[in-house]
Amino acid sequence: MEPFKKHRGLVCPLDRRNVDTDQIIPKQFLKRIERQGFGECLFYHWRFDDEGNKKQDFVLNKEKYKGASILIAGENFGCGSSREHAPWALGDYGFKVIIAPSFADIFYNNCQKNGLLLIKLDEDNVKLLMQKAQQESFYLDVDLVNQVVVSDGLSIPFDIDAYQKKMLLEGLDEIAVTLKLEDEIRAYEQTR
Amino acid sequence: MKPRTIIEKIWDKHLIHQEEGKPDLLYIDLHLIHEVTSPQAFEGLRIHGRKVRRPDLTFATVDHNIPTTPSRVSKDPISIKQMSTLEKNCQENGIELMDIGHPNQGIVHIIGPELGLTQPGKTIVCGDSHTSTHGAFGAMAFGIGTSEVEHVLATQTLWQRKPKTMQIKVNGKLGRGVRAKDLILAIIGKFGFSVGTGYIVEYTGEAIRSLTMEERMTVCNMSIEAGARAGLISPDETTVAYLKGRKFVDNDRFDELASEWLSLATDEGATYDKTIEIDAASIEPQVTWGTNPSMCLPISATLPHPDAQYNVEEKESIEKALTYMGLEPGMPIADIKVDYVFIGSCTNARLSDLQEAASIVKGKKVKEGVRALIVPGSQLVKLQAEELGLDKIFMEAGFEWRQSGCSMCLAMNDDVVPAGKRCASTSNRNFEGRQGNGSRTHLVSPAMAAAAAINGHFVDIRELETVHH
Repeated sequence: MEPFKKHRGLVCPLDRRNVDTDQIIPKQFLKRIERQGFGECLFYHWRFDDEGNKKQDFVLNKEKYKGASILIAGENFGCGSSREHAPWALGDYGFKVIIAPSFADIFYNNCQKNGLLLIKLDEDNVKLLMQKAQQESFYLDVDLVNQVVVSDGLSIPFDIDAYQKKMLLEGLDEIAVTLKLEDEIRAYEQTR
Repeated sequence: MKPRTIIEKIWDKHLIHQEEGKPDLLYIDLHLIHEVTSPQAFEGLRIHGRKVRRPDLTFATVDHNIPTTPSRVSKDPISIKQMSTLEKNCQENGIELMDIGHPNQGIVHIIGPELGLTQPGKTIVCGDSHTSTHGAFGAMAFGIGTSEVEHVLATQTLWQRKPKTMQIKVNGKLGRGVRAKDLILAIIGKFGFSVGTGYIVEYTGEAIRSLTMEERMTVCNMSIEAGARAGLISPDETTVAYLKGRKFVDNDRFDELASEWLSLATDEGATYDKTIEIDAASIEPQVTWGTNPSMCLPISATLPHPDAQYNVEEKESIEKALTYMGLEPGMPIADIKVDYVFIGSCTNARLSDLQEAASIVKGKKVKEGVRALIVPGSQLVKLQAEELGLDKIFMEAGFEWRQSGCSMCLAMNDDVVPAGKRCASTSNRNFEGRQGNGSRTHLVSPAMAAAAAINGHFVDIRELETVHH
């Protein structure tokens, strides 16, 4: 996993609540056995019509959000299925950071394992950032070390679990970490 | 000793490693895998030269994208490759696979319990959010992503932060014709789609105690639709009776196991971080009308008007959902006509679900123009239903009788609801496009789905003479 420390990127506003993983990546794309290449399927039925043409009114298709790497959305983002294809698709499309008032538990974990930073901010701050991103080309500096998002004249701190922060900062392979505890795992198994 | 909830008891028993500032490392007793969320995990093991640590605690089946037609032949080369990849991965790693043609093949959350793999006190994971189903037995069971599948394959453990605990207490008794499905939909409708986020839920109360094991599975199955990764019910005599004689239960020491299981139940006086309550008698048969499971109403209700009583955001989401669903504000639920009926899925495809539907269908015909499917949850359920003659009841009425699989719940195979068509479905999600791009889903109980198939629109099953308690 690539370490995550700081990121500056264009913000794309997705003003919807309860965005479920079926919308993030529809089921017809879950049959593949690879981890890569899911970016083209991201939000597929919101981005493309039945003939595969881009829907011009969908926010990701607008010229001004081309190259966006920070997504900002409404509450309960990533609810529904446990499919890790959802973070794979978001990451492959180019997103590094997602900001929302709340995230579904399984989705949150899945993003964490793929080096995507999920930032929970309160409703008012999300609304403020959403409006800025809707109005203009809006860039944010995300600093994980200091736990703060910064833009001109704006600085919003965020909370993150200390262990999850460390995993992201160091880009650790969690399985390798666990395998160092092999003796403890074996000892546990022998007690059963 | 301080009184503990079942959640704390299972947690403490599975704790391998605890360290300040880190999540706990928990042992995993049972790992269920299927074709969709496992290939990349096995690939990860290969890349790092790692092995499956406990193939004996790992069981596999194919369910998500397999055909449910009699021939079971898929024409989709990508699907075929995904299924053959699972077969190869299981062979290489010595994992038991209940493949197509195996008498125990079925939806992963149906076969775990029916084979007795699912037992009280176990930690159970699967790359599928409806793993919460197994909580019905007093197991701590939750869905994980593919990276965690890989982690469990390699280490048989998971790092987990101890979640908060929530009690959902269901007081009183359910009324005639009101099913476990109505109960869980009513809970989600009342408390919302994310009330359980960050929690493990324990369902308690008189109404929960009176449920059969299959009904408890329906309730726990949809915990994730309330935002909770896991939802469980303390074991009791109903649990013990269900497990006796099952294939993977050590029946030689059954009495000993039974008393261990019963001792897991939440202690008198144990406390939860949060408790919410609902009165069972107030619940009617439910129908979802929108695009998430909390958009649900009693059969006697009319559709909401996106008016002044809602805030701007609620108004917008109601308008958006009604538009997607092709419905008008104020319309009675009972006037909604259906094109498709799907009775199946890990929520409602067990024998009792099919019996409940058959009791309504018997001697009647599916309404002209409605396509209706019965997809048993496993080959064992299918066999048991056929022994009872349920297949004949359904086929004579005009239902299609299928092989087991996830089928039209998520439409990864050819069982798809076409765009603009409306389906009464016993599954668990009514998201946009869930049953096919542009499809419109209404979640209901098997009895409500069966009645909709016969009448062509939703009806209050409490008005039918054949409906018992």
